Amino acid sequence: MHHTTYVRAGSTDDAVARMADGGQLLAGGMTLIPTMKQRLASPETLVDLAGCGLAGIEDEGDSIRIGAMTRHADVAGSDLVQTAVPALAALAGGIGDRQVRNRGTIGGSVANNDPSACYPAAVLGLGGTVHTNKRDIAADDFFTGMFETALDEDEMITAVSFPKTGKAAYVKFPNPASRYAMVGVFVASGADGTRLAVTGAGSDGVFRHADMEAALDASFSADSLDGIAVDADEMISDIHASGDYRAHLVREIAKRAVAAC
Amino acid sequence: MPEGSIKDGIGASVRRKEDKRFLTGSGRYTADITRPGQLHVHFIRSVHAHANIKAIRKDAAEAAEGVVAIFTGEDVAADGIGGPICGWVVTNRDGSPTNEPPHPILANGAVRYVGDHVVAVIAETLEQAMDAAELVEIEYEVLAPVVDLANAGSGPQIHENVPGNMYFDFELGDEAAATAALESAATVVELEVRNNRLIPNAMEPRAALAEYDPIDDSYTLFTTSQNPHLTRLVIGAFMLSIPESKLRVVAPDVGGGFGSKIYVYPEEAVCTWASKKLQRPVKWTADRSESFLADAHGRDHINKVRMALDKDNRITGLRVDTVANIGSYLSAFSVVTPTILHAPLLSGCYQIPAIYTNVKGMATTTAPVDAYRGAGRPEATYLLERVMDTAARQVGMDPAAFRRMNFIPKDAFPYQTPVALQYDIGDYEPPLDKALEMIDYKGFEARRAEAASRGKYRGIGLSSYIEACGIAPSAVAGALGARVGLYESATVRVDPTGTVNVFTGTHSHGQGHDTTFAQIVADKLGVDIGSVEIIHGDSDRIPFGMGSYGSRSLAVGGAAIAKAVDKVIEKSKIIAAHLMEAADADVVFADGKFTVAGTDNEKGFGEIALAAYVPHNYPHDRLEPGLEETAFYDPLNFTYPSGTHIAEVEIDPSTGVVELVDWACCDDFGNLINPMIVEGQVHGGIAQGVGQALLENAHYDETGQLITASYMDYCMPRADDLPNFKVDYTVTACTHNDLGVKGCGEAGAIASPPALINAVIDALAPLGVTDMSMPATPEKVWRAINDAQTEAAE
Ligand SMILES: Cc1cc2nc3c(=O)[nH]c(=O)nc-3n(C[C@H](O)[C@H](O)[C@H](O)COP(=O)(O)OP(=O)(O)OC[C@H]3O[C@@H](n4cnc5c(N)ncnc54)[C@H](O)[C@@H]3O)c2cc1C
Repeated sequence: MHHTTYVRAGSTDDAVARMADGGQLLAGGMTLIPTMKQRLASPETLVDLAGCGLAGIEDEGDSIRIGAMTRHADVAGSDLVQTAVPALAALAGGIGDRQVRNRGTIGGSVANNDPSACYPAAVLGLGGTVHTNKRDIAADDFFTGMFETALDEDEMITAVSFPKTGKAAYVKFPNPASRYAMVGVFVASGADGTRLAVTGAGSDGVFRHADMEAALDASFSADSLDGIAVDADEMISDIHASGDYRAHLVREIAKRAVAAC
Repeated sequence: MPEGSIKDGIGASVRRKEDKRFLTGSGRYTADITRPGQLHVHFIRSVHAHANIKAIRKDAAEAAEGVVAIFTGEDVAADGIGGPICGWVVTNRDGSPTNEPPHPILANGAVRYVGDHVVAVIAETLEQAMDAAELVEIEYEVLAPVVDLANAGSGPQIHENVPGNMYFDFELGDEAAATAALESAATVVELEVRNNRLIPNAMEPRAALAEYDPIDDSYTLFTTSQNPHLTRLVIGAFMLSIPESKLRVVAPDVGGGFGSKIYVYPEEAVCTWASKKLQRPVKWTADRSESFLADAHGRDHINKVRMALDKDNRITGLRVDTVANIGSYLSAFSVVTPTILHAPLLSGCYQIPAIYTNVKGMATTTAPVDAYRGAGRPEATYLLERVMDTAARQVGMDPAAFRRMNFIPKDAFPYQTPVALQYDIGDYEPPLDKALEMIDYKGFEARRAEAASRGKYRGIGLSSYIEACGIAPSAVAGALGARVGLYESATVRVDPTGTVNVFTGTHSHGQGHDTTFAQIVADKLGVDIGSVEIIHGDSDRIPFGMGSYGSRSLAVGGAAIAKAVDKVIEKSKIIAAHLMEAADADVVFADGKFTVAGTDNEKGFGEIALAAYVPHNYPHDRLEPGLEETAFYDPLNFTYPSGTHIAEVEIDPSTGVVELVDWACCDDFGNLINPMIVEGQVHGGIAQGVGQALLENAHYDETGQLITASYMDYCMPRADDLPNFKVDYTVTACTHNDLGVKGCGEAGAIASPPALINAVIDALAPLGVTDMSMPATPEKVWRAINDAQTEAAE
């Protein structure tokens, strides 16, 4: 690891100010620290968000609001999340391993927008909202490409909120090596119809599949996804799975997610 | 040998003595050791698979904070430092020797794989060394890589003295006889298999810490080795010209090796060399990425197999043509693994009158490939057990029945195979029968039908294996090209108070020797296991020994310990006879007591030990004082563990995921000293075999970059990939060591891959699928199903 200076921000404003001075935000460190150890990232200053009061889950009536620094283990174990959006609690409980879930945070995961990460599928699939120090960003506007988000240079996530949704499910087909999603599908049937988001597969990162959503709006059953085309050319193709196979899995895993709702 | 009478003796599942320190984080590994004033070395490794080094600019780095020295291949050459040697070579078909290229400890002029050691940056701290490394500029002239094994011969030449990129061209067996058998066969079965390349992934990465003592011009090297004396010999005599007596090699606790820590690597030699040049200790610890890139990899064969059957479906001949990937340099056992440890195993547990095999060892611009758990025997077993299933299917026989009718019958031992080995003893039907019963083979079709009703394809696969362990009879090994002897040594030192110290030349890096060996000694001497200490791993303390690999520790090292204990007992009997004023021949030793037949005279083992060290009343005319004996044991033959493993799988056709649902195995390891430890070895071996068959694959892209260079991409087996294993044993005791033991460390890894792949093919056979390569990833299986269905539709 290159030399770095560690500071602990006392508040969101403090963190943002330090970010403006070139500091990089540190949440659970589950992605950032290994990257630094491999010398692929070398921030001069690390700004730890642990002291900014951003952890916690609140009931906001029609939705729940999860602070950026809330750890995966806390989302998975929360009574509120388990009742309000059970699929989200289950998703969080299936991320990584126990150690990772005890450090990794929702803010870090969503900000990082790893194309194989699980949370982006939930945010997009549930039509959540990403709250920052500057504004609220709708899920559909937030994820802009692999490891890319709508966040500005001086902007940080403070919380993510999700509409309460009982009829939803996330099914992950894990990459056998990393156990991140090789294909993960989050499907939710809410007041505004069906949303279906796919992670792990798209070469531009997490995406919604309009044809599947339309088919499910017409008839919410696994069978209605039969025959719906998934474009292999838009899929990631690597040593673990070709674009063809991923395209096949997207439909297959989507069917399982629908069946699990 | 009968089961011991004492508690915690031979045959008892004693809990491992060493686990207290391992489970409480109190193990002492090389990386845990710190010497005053130590420096840290960071290696700059090649980023290219194949390139000439045009220039190395290190001025800026030399000026960086904390940097003490920066060494390159030129410095190594200037000091006349040699490279790691190949420990065992073969003679080619045409009588010429193996082509052995130089292997400089820092690349000189050229790099030959991604990860090749180019520059050693040595600084006060590791971070400083790594920071400075970024300032070193290396100018490369990139050359075409050689990655594709099948076409390695036509690629650009990698070493000046290895024409056609062929290190060796080995053969064994009778080609004319095999050809005749194939020509006159009623059925010829053909199969081509690829034994996928694996990366060992020991839990502890390699590390080295060398210290030079200018007062007596001597060195101490702490290193992650499975065989400290071999390391001392190679570094001392062949690389750095240090008298062996001036080099102490210590392999403290070592966290797994699986073969990868047998070999002497450039890094440990660099540390040793630099420790004198800089007059300060020099330390290196691999990070996980370095382990992936630069530990010797395993397997990587292409085998073309042709088997001849007569009209009664008896095997009449076998021909195997193998191309083995040896990688960029010849590692210590890289030549012997695909030849001597592979070709003689091709008879398996079957009567095959004619066998011929040719093995070509190829250079590629990939990491060196060497022995990995099983070493040659998994490759032989894989191709043989795959072709056995293919043959059974081709002639329409049940695979168990086909194996059974071709087994070497139990009254045929000792059995001389046509490929050099003579099996001393074995009985292959009982383990097959037991394993079939354990998995309920008869009930399989019902389970297949039930699975089908859930939309799953269920399959069952067998593998009846034999392996050659207890490496090795030195004379045989020498005749076959070994450059070392392969005996083992032990010193048993009894203290005046009767406690016992055993100094063994083997090395424990997870196998539980502290316990198993203590059980042997406790049993033979009738003492408490707690009073027996096992000492290994320090060349200054132990007698010259060959270390641990090839499931040799118990069969060879344990036999040496038993011999040394026998010498202690013989001497003790004379002392006891003297003390009890009896004739030597009348003294009987049992349960830790010396008695005289027909009297109630009795001396305890502790009393004899005391008498030996306080020899006031002692047979000085016949014996020297003290109670310490050394024995060297050179085995008369290999040992031949065998058995049958059976896997049952379920395949989800919509994803191609293979779920391993059941596993039964019955092994014949001869006598068992500690059944719990044996079971652990079997479990670990199967897990590694499941890894090879379903999950693991070292993948280089066409430019020679290692794509699977971290756990994000290299898939290790995890506990939830595995079912509960049903494990049982039969026993035919080895005939040529006193303990009657054969070795169990590699069997699981040898037996399991073909059982699993046979099960996958069996599951898909109703669709018309006849082949599946390792690892059977979900995509491959899904494709096989799709292709079969498309074909059926056409
Ligand atoms: C072994 C392992 C397995 C894993 N498996 C999975 C898996 O199966 N599925 C999955 O989804 N994930 C997985 N992860 C990822 C993990 O769950 C974390 O979500 C992820 O590492 C990022 O979260 P973090 O809190 O650790 O962020 P950090 O590593 O601290 O930060 C990540 C990035 O986000 C930035 N950042 C952090 N917080 C904020 C914020 N509030 N606003 C703006 N930017 C911010 C940081 O500057 C950094 O660039 C795994 C990780 C590991 C190590």
